Amino acid sequence: MTQPGRSGIRWSSWNLLLLIPLGLLITPIFNRTGPELFGMPFYYWFQLAGVAVGVLATSIVFVMTKDKPTTPAPGPDRDVDTLDEGAGR
Amino acid sequence: MRWTELVVFVVLFGVVTVLGFVAARWKAGATLDHLDEWGLGGRRFGSWITWFLIGGDVYTAYTFVAVPALMFSAGAAGFFALPYTVILYPLAFMPLLRIWSVSRARGYVTPADFVRGRYGSSVLALLVAITGIVATMPYIALQLVGLEAVLRTLGLNGSGIVGHLPLLIAFVILAVYTYQSGLRAPALIAFVKDILVYIVIIVAVVYLPIKLGGWGAIFDAADAKFKATPAPGDGLLLNANNQLQYATLALGSALALFLYPHSLTGVLASRGRKVIKRNMSALPAYSLLLGLLALLGFVAIAAGTKPLINQATGNPDTNTIIPNLFAGQFPAWFAGIAFAAIGIGALVPAAIMSIAAANLWTRNIYKEYIRRDATPKDEAKQAKFASLVVKFGAVAFVLFIDPQFSIDLQLIGGVMILQTLPAVAIALYTRWFHIWGLVGGWIAGMGWGMIMLFNIPSADGKRKHFGASALKLGELNLFGWHPFGGSTVQIYVGFVALVANLVVAVLITLVAGKLKVFNGIDQTEPADYHVDEDSAKLRPVAAH
Repeated sequence: MTQPGRSGIRWSSWNLLLLIPLGLLITPIFNRTGPELFGMPFYYWFQLAGVAVGVLATSIVFVMTKDKPTTPAPGPDRDVDTLDEGAGR
Repeated sequence: MRWTELVVFVVLFGVVTVLGFVAARWKAGATLDHLDEWGLGGRRFGSWITWFLIGGDVYTAYTFVAVPALMFSAGAAGFFALPYTVILYPLAFMPLLRIWSVSRARGYVTPADFVRGRYGSSVLALLVAITGIVATMPYIALQLVGLEAVLRTLGLNGSGIVGHLPLLIAFVILAVYTYQSGLRAPALIAFVKDILVYIVIIVAVVYLPIKLGGWGAIFDAADAKFKATPAPGDGLLLNANNQLQYATLALGSALALFLYPHSLTGVLASRGRKVIKRNMSALPAYSLLLGLLALLGFVAIAAGTKPLINQATGNPDTNTIIPNLFAGQFPAWFAGIAFAAIGIGALVPAAIMSIAAANLWTRNIYKEYIRRDATPKDEAKQAKFASLVVKFGAVAFVLFIDPQFSIDLQLIGGVMILQTLPAVAIALYTRWFHIWGLVGGWIAGMGWGMIMLFNIPSADGKRKHFGASALKLGELNLFGWHPFGGSTVQIYVGFVALVANLVVAVLITLVAGKLKVFNGIDQTEPADYHVDEDSAKLRPVAAH
């Protein structure tokens, strides 16, 4: 049963970092040949470098949102663990 | 016949076969007669196993063969696989955690199980299940296409049914150990497959450019080739017409990937949320590999590799480009390892896909409509049997129908699976959409998507229908109205269909809300979406 007033969504602003890799969809940024790297046109090495950006984004979010919902738990006595386990309800 | 390569291939294939059978006892639970065990490996895979399993599942033999082949023939446009697999993990990060938790809390095995629980609608769940099965089947057939490209390069390039015999033998073996060991078989084999793949590709991207005069020379050779061809769509860079297609195809494919039942199977089999989070950072290692592999398509151009003529169809098969490149540039023994990597690379995803399709059939069709009182044991039995049917269906596809047909179907499959996004992925966050809105959106997206694909001819003009997934905006037709008349800019069909799907879903939801139509019962609770491996009162695995 859905509880009214609780969407069950936990929001953290760190999650916004996950949007950065989407820059790889804006093709005009990198659809060019220069500057080259190891003989590779910009188009290719820029997108390969995108892998590192993606990893960085997911890693930072993982570390910064570890085991703590950033939205404060409602009520005074609920610490992080009870909220995480859904035991407070 | 290439004997050295063949011997290396057969030996490695033999090792994998033994592993496949041994896997039944690897980290075994109390019983294999439960879908949690047979179909999800006991839901207890840790970070490493999950990394190999999902990596082996997502980056398939066909990918390894087809992506460089596409680069070989089209150039820059074929590189979409890289942005696709880069944005995939940041996009999937949050939703995958939610679906893992709710599935762990409620014992869901398939995405359709979740839809059933979230909306209490067996109709919607049935649509999701059927979409999943239909989209997965040609994907399995494609793995066979990848495997056969290798077998033919090895010299097993006979005509008629004899030419297909090696493929058939390989698949019977696969079918038997998947039947016996369930998801544990591909999980264990994935270790071998991925280690081989990493070795081969790292050696290839270091050794071949040195041998062929560096990346500069390779890109020059590719540039010269594309400039010499009359085709307007190829080249070292994207052009004004295919940039939108590039971006929407990458985005659409990324959104679709974890909607495929087999990718979700790998995720649900993991032990906890931390395992998934770690893998969202670790899996891109495969993306890097895929990007480098894609460049081997250009290496093949520089090396002057020619595609093999398929004796069964009589056409040159561009999918043999990479195997042929390896055969021509590497010593025989190493080419054998490379072939084994691609060949075994076909077995892992084929096994997981057949398990995922079998799970869908068993949970959402068999138990829902045929035998409601099926016990967990009956379910496991039915799923094992279904996995056999699915695999032999895929073999029949390759044997009796032009392989081109499975490539077409896979194209269609991607567009189809994307249409389950509102019912599965959006439903993880909100129940705002009405059941009938989701059903209506599915029908609209699916119908329109199919019509658009049907009307797209192939680039060389040889085939009139299902030729590509790129639609010219000028041909976008809304009941006779051409909003972008005359435009030659291309866009991914799946993306257009998804937009249509969402628009219809929103409209019907608004109307249904006004009319106060009953919107099913949600069996899930908000806390279910945050359950983790160490949560209190966690549902036991493989009980009920």
